[in-house]
Amino acid sequence: MSYLEYNVKTVPVGLRKILYVNWPLVVLLTAVASIGFLMLYSVAGGRLEIWAEPQMKRFAIGMTGMLVIGLVPIWFWRNVSAVAYIVALLLLVAVDLFGSVGMGAQRWIEFGAGLRLQPSELMKVALVMLLAAYYDWLDIQKTSHPLWVLIAVAIILMPTFLVLKQPDLGTAILLVAGGAIVMFVAGVSLWYFGTVIALVVALVFAVFESRGTTWQLIKDYQFRRIDTFLDPGSDPLGAGYNITQAQIALGSGGWAGKGFMQGTQSRLNFLPEKHTDFIFTTLAEEFGFVGTLSLLSLYVLIVGFCIGSAMSNRDRYSSLLTYGVAGTFFLFFTVNMAMVTGLMPVVGVPLPLVSYGGTAMIILLGAFGLVQSAHIHRPR
Amino acid sequence: MRRTTRDAIDSYRGISRRGMLLGSMQAIFVGTLAFRMRYLQVDQADQFRLLAEENSIKVRLLPPARGLIFDRNGTLVAGNEQNYRITITREDAGDTDDVLGRLARLLPLTDAEIEDTRKEVARRSPTLPITVADRLSWTDFSSVAVNAPALPGVSTEVGLSRVYPLGPDFAHVLGYVGPVSDYDLSKLSDPDPLLQIPRFQIGKLGVEARLEKELRGKAGTRRIEVNATGRIMRELNRKEGDPGENVQITIDQKLQNYVLARLGEDSAAAMVLDVQTGDILAAVSAPSFDPNLFVRGISGPDYRALTENDHRPLADKSVQGAYPPGSTFKMVTALAAMGSGAISEDETVYCRGYTELGNRRFHCWKRGGHGHVNLVESLEQSCDVFFYEVAQRTGIENISAMARRLGIGEKFDLPMSAISEGLAPDKAWKLGRYGKSWLIGDTLNAGIGQGYVLASPLQLAVMSARISTGRAVMPRLIRAIGGTELSPFDAPALGLNENHLRAVRKGMFQVSNSRRGTAYGSRIVDDTMRMAGKTGTSQVRNITAAERARGVTSNSDLPWERRDHALFISFAPFDDPRIAVSVVVEHGGGGSTTAAPIARDIVLQALNDGFPPLTAYPKSQRNRIEAERDALPLRDPQGPSGGYSRA
Repeated sequence: MSYLEYNVKTVPVGLRKILYVNWPLVVLLTAVASIGFLMLYSVAGGRLEIWAEPQMKRFAIGMTGMLVIGLVPIWFWRNVSAVAYIVALLLLVAVDLFGSVGMGAQRWIEFGAGLRLQPSELMKVALVMLLAAYYDWLDIQKTSHPLWVLIAVAIILMPTFLVLKQPDLGTAILLVAGGAIVMFVAGVSLWYFGTVIALVVALVFAVFESRGTTWQLIKDYQFRRIDTFLDPGSDPLGAGYNITQAQIALGSGGWAGKGFMQGTQSRLNFLPEKHTDFIFTTLAEEFGFVGTLSLLSLYVLIVGFCIGSAMSNRDRYSSLLTYGVAGTFFLFFTVNMAMVTGLMPVVGVPLPLVSYGGTAMIILLGAFGLVQSAHIHRPR
Repeated sequence: MRRTTRDAIDSYRGISRRGMLLGSMQAIFVGTLAFRMRYLQVDQADQFRLLAEENSIKVRLLPPARGLIFDRNGTLVAGNEQNYRITITREDAGDTDDVLGRLARLLPLTDAEIEDTRKEVARRSPTLPITVADRLSWTDFSSVAVNAPALPGVSTEVGLSRVYPLGPDFAHVLGYVGPVSDYDLSKLSDPDPLLQIPRFQIGKLGVEARLEKELRGKAGTRRIEVNATGRIMRELNRKEGDPGENVQITIDQKLQNYVLARLGEDSAAAMVLDVQTGDILAAVSAPSFDPNLFVRGISGPDYRALTENDHRPLADKSVQGAYPPGSTFKMVTALAAMGSGAISEDETVYCRGYTELGNRRFHCWKRGGHGHVNLVESLEQSCDVFFYEVAQRTGIENISAMARRLGIGEKFDLPMSAISEGLAPDKAWKLGRYGKSWLIGDTLNAGIGQGYVLASPLQLAVMSARISTGRAVMPRLIRAIGGTELSPFDAPALGLNENHLRAVRKGMFQVSNSRRGTAYGSRIVDDTMRMAGKTGTSQVRNITAAERARGVTSNSDLPWERRDHALFISFAPFDDPRIAVSVVVEHGGGGSTTAAPIARDIVLQALNDGFPPLTAYPKSQRNRIEAERDALPLRDPQGPSGGYSRA
């Protein structure tokens, strides 16, 4: 559908748009972020200025960005989808060429004045945008045609390879999964997904078989992560230490938790990366099962509202985009939670809106801005 | 592109259907997560609460016991001893400075040591215990243990530390261990987590360094419960590491000790080889040093004393030293000459004390000349003119090829540090090294082992062993690793003419058994132990004309560091060779006066596995020998007592 087809008259204009913002979503996002502020305040030992305050500022910037993006008509965003993707791709190439190296991986571009950008974050959104635009443009009958599927796969794999080169396995997995969600919702035949899953299983098998041979497929440290996941005792002082300590923190929270700022595990510095990837464990320790279940529910509600919005949206681009953003967001928090509860290997995915981290939060809120735009400008 | 209404409806329906499918899959995910959290936080909560609230679990690495090193007869030459030490962990200490201050009142710690510890604590991970003091006396150790409640984060540990019970005897062969340094870490691509333990000991030199992998072993772990102040409450479980593998070397510690004592105050090196197996029975560089000083952390003044000593105790001259072999090289020239047909065994050369090449004179050591000498006589009397003539006829290429066949210029693969390759020079080498072409004069010098030729005491001993057996004997130092005997190298024949070898051996026999031989004074009179050998005196520098004018005519008038090196190589018994010996005394004067008597004593000691009967010496020398023997500073034959454990 082109925007000419929108029944423009029924779409709100000017400041009236504010009334049509998906306000429940805004409330939910703020609620989750507030839990994040509380936890950052707690892990900093009751100090606001270390992590919580900068995080609040970023949240304010992100929220403003979300509303601004939301007020811009969705057809504008569809038309710049390809541009966004190309810019993100170029930035990924740039980071490969002159990005700075942090924690053993090249992920950042420095813009001077302390502003840092992680192009892979940007790509997560841009990829969803382009795929949604692609399937909007594509004749529905051709959706499952091999050639057109191949193009979509190429769109996904180009940035994935660049991210893998950094190397950042976690983001690469999220990119592929995020792209796959858009393809899935767009109606690509289930046979493709079945085949890919079968191939992945075969590949995993091959990776394990290749260990120690000359054609070893992944790096030793990645193997060690898998080892530690399968048996945390095998590397008790390395990554296994993180998992063990994280689980002690989680489990010791019990039903209602030890109380705000009473978590001993994070207090005594047993927890690694307590303000970033492992912040969920502090929540679990201090607020118990009640706390973790509440956060999980809030996340699920966010995704639920997005799906609700997508289902009631008859514009194909808007709908696909909303599913894509919600799906990626879903992957974020489930992968992080699965990781700290020991259901998945540690791959370094932060807890969205809660973990300390600047660009990730702003970009995520920007993506929700797209969801808002789709919601506000839906055909009525 | 315009879409029909039908298409739009299809699209909407399709998306909704897939959306529902996606939603249900996500619901399953969330359900799994919720169940997992319930499992951890409700079902398992009590167990985890116990772990977190009462105590915390920590994992500590247990350093494995380093493999022991034994000599060929099973005497311990490198062991481990109990080491009481105090460590501090930043995470548990809280205010590290305060705790260190309190520690300083209990222990004899200097301000500098405390400052070092403080820096180390700040630099390392907060969970890592840092050693504050080690090798404590039991009193100091227990006073810290008693005061533990006032010292959060401080723990007392008993570990193992390397000890070399025989002190200086094996300093050069075994090397020593020391704490891992940042430099070591940057050099190694070794991911072993053990290396991260501060002051973990790894081999720095010699066998300890070269067999590090075998000796180190694998880390064990112990899981401990500590309370809020970091005190260990109890040990949950303990997985002992695998101790490193024990290593047996080919050296005989008794002989090694004797040789070091016999070399005395000289700056010297000696090598004893078993000519059949190539086993190194003794490899000594004198003076030596006490490797235990390095293990414990050598003090500045002690270290300076070692580095500033002009006898260079830290260098292992037995394998690292490269000396002009002097006349000990003449066997090479002789074999090369006969091999190339330049001379026959009976052919004589007339020596009038010098030979002339162009307008340059090459002198024989005997100014008056030797008259007509054949090959055997020229070896016996070490006539230089004979070898000038023969070398010229043979050519440098043949000579250096023969030198390499006999081991000079060959880098032997022994687990020792900085092994010297020596040098068997040829035309291509000189062109490559100096960009100059080879001169006949160079050949003459090389023919008598001067000029560019260089050999280490190890290579000289190998040469002697090869001449005595006619086989390509290879030296070896490691006899067994982890209880498995390594099979000795089966030396193939050198492929030299047996008659040529016999002639050379006869010449060497005459050296120390004929009245005119240069080492007749160092003969062995017992027929079952007869020694064959060759003296060598290699010039360090010529006596200058100015010095000659001042009246300096002989070596002993020169300052020590400019005197000639004294060399002697030998094998024995002559009829059935068992051992080969080389001795180099730096700036020792003459080979026959300084090196040969030492070599004879070593040969006799090795053949008799202890002091030989005095009847092996010529009658006139027996009293003097007996007196010298009593004066030797040998180690107590009982061996060292206690102080180290075999575990």
